[in-house]
Amino acid sequence: MKTRDLAYIALFAAIIAVLGTLPAINVGPVPITAQTLGVMLAGSVLGARRGFLAVLLFLVLVAVGLPLLASGAGGLAPFAGASAGYLYSWPVAAAVIGWLTERTWGRYNVVVGTLVNVVGGIIVIYAVGVPVLKAVAGLSWHTALWSGAAVFVPGDLVKAFVAAAIADVVRRSYPVIERPRRAVGAR
Amino acid sequence: MRFRRPGAVAAGTDTADPGRGLELRGVGHRYGDRVVLEGIDVTLTEPRVGVIGANGSGKSTFARLLNGLVVPDQGQVLVDGLDTRTQVRAVRRRVGFVFQDPDAQIVHPTVAEDVGYGLENQGVPADERAARVAEVLARHGLAGHADHPAHLLSGGQKQLLAIAGVLVMRPARIVFDEPTTLLDLVNARRVGDLIAGLEQQVVVVTHQLDLLHDFDRVLVVDGGRVVEDAGPGPAVAAYRTLMADR
Amino acid sequence: MTLALYVPRASAVHRLPAGLKLLCLAVLAVALFALPTITAAGAALAGVLAVGLLVARLPVAVLARQARAVRWWLLALLVVHALTTDLLTGAHVALRLLTLVLAAAVVTATTRVSEMVAVVETVCAPLRLVGVRPARVGLAITLALRFIPVLTERADRIRAAQAARGGSPRGVRALRTTIAPLLVQVLQMAHDVSEALDARGADVEPPRAAWRRS
Repeated sequence: MKTRDLAYIALFAAIIAVLGTLPAINVGPVPITAQTLGVMLAGSVLGARRGFLAVLLFLVLVAVGLPLLASGAGGLAPFAGASAGYLYSWPVAAAVIGWLTERTWGRYNVVVGTLVNVVGGIIVIYAVGVPVLKAVAGLSWHTALWSGAAVFVPGDLVKAFVAAAIADVVRRSYPVIERPRRAVGAR
Repeated sequence: MRFRRPGAVAAGTDTADPGRGLELRGVGHRYGDRVVLEGIDVTLTEPRVGVIGANGSGKSTFARLLNGLVVPDQGQVLVDGLDTRTQVRAVRRRVGFVFQDPDAQIVHPTVAEDVGYGLENQGVPADERAARVAEVLARHGLAGHADHPAHLLSGGQKQLLAIAGVLVMRPARIVFDEPTTLLDLVNARRVGDLIAGLEQQVVVVTHQLDLLHDFDRVLVVDGGRVVEDAGPGPAVAAYRTLMADR
Repeated sequence: MTLALYVPRASAVHRLPAGLKLLCLAVLAVALFALPTITAAGAALAGVLAVGLLVARLPVAVLARQARAVRWWLLALLVVHALTTDLLTGAHVALRLLTLVLAAAVVTATTRVSEMVAVVETVCAPLRLVGVRPARVGLAITLALRFIPVLTERADRIRAAQAARGGSPRGVRALRTTIAPLLVQVLQMAHDVSEALDARGADVEPPRAAWRRS
């Protein structure tokens, strides 16, 4: 791996950390924290491999004791808790978003990007997070889905759009994902 | 299994010939569709070489060619006979590089750790590393700052630290890319004096023309080509004429 | 922003090797699930508190902060189990969770970040077989820690520059005028940093260090 890729990975790990310090924004009834926005950006700006590693690096920073999660939590505690599944899902989410972004690179725009972020940043996160919540907390599916997913979805939709809008600007002014391997040639 | 990356292997055959200097042979380079350098054929052996040119003239890319940060699309760059394309490790050992913005160069939490970083990459043992770091810090007036957080130094101190991080590796030649652009007059003079006192061959890319008055040779780069190659007097005069015509 | 949960003390817990502390934590987690009785969980909690507060002499507030972060989960567990199974099961599950959270907090409060980074590098050593260099992982951690304050500072600078021109954009416009330019700026910075690292030999494998920790 090139040093440049290493620097981009470190940068996005830092971005996710800094987003955790922003005050929660109130859009509608549920306050949203900006950290999953960082996860979406990591995937959609860096692509699958580097996005995955950036989020993984962020989690390593949390695990070694830095209080970087939005709640001010840090250390190993969050990885043992009921919401640990969400954390574990983040690198996967970034990878899926990155993979889809690379595939759609030639015709990426805000609409495509939002869809990509919904698939990778919402569906994947809850597909991992909710079952873990159910298992660790011993909840029923109904309760787990309601308390662990439904109330957050409106905020997540906003984040998916926001991340796509930012990624689209960055794509045009400082593209980091290089030439698509197949996306354009296939058409 | 790969413990070594290809490219690092060739560095073992270090057959440098210190008399040959920096040779650029038929060098051209482009970023995407944009040609940044073309038809460069120069050999730099003088102790003090300056490079001047407008923003976007290609002079930064020129500087980056000299230690293999950029490998040319066309032609060849040889450092003491070592090809930057195939012997990058040996080339990096011979040619140090100082950037415009010291903030980009300082990455480690404390001054001493940052200066020692290059030696770590060279595989220098820890005790020798510590001794060389201490010596360089003392020589550049940073001895009292060894354990300070590097990012809290002043702008001038940061540039001295960045230069110390290069000098500690004892390169035979050093390339400076606009080393004084971000500094105030006092610190710019301090860095200028430091450069003047170096025993190594020095290549300085700069907009500060007075830095070059006692240099041996100055290249003017424009539109990706070397358009003037002379002593500092004639070269600076040619550069002023060139800029006045814009 | 304060970046560490580390609480300096001259205690035996602080002096234990970081790797050993992490191992203990993992063993505790496995044991608590292997021995699913409320007595075991209670005893473990008492043990964790004794080690954290008496041996390591950590302030109560440090542990309380971590407990507070999970308080709603604990409450939800109790309530949900009281309604669906029974209160005792709820208390057991909640107690186990609290114990693990506090044990993790004790480990992180008694271990320096640099020690943790060294453990991470050691743990990564087997990854050499798939081409990962542990020193690169350490470098990535160092870089991320370096970028965090830089990012905060750049964000402040952009906000100030816009305020100076009378703007204070909100909503979606803020994205285009603040966050996207900031991102482009810091991507360029990361690129510059990587060039500077390469110039000091970051991209070439050290000659001997492959099998030797420096």
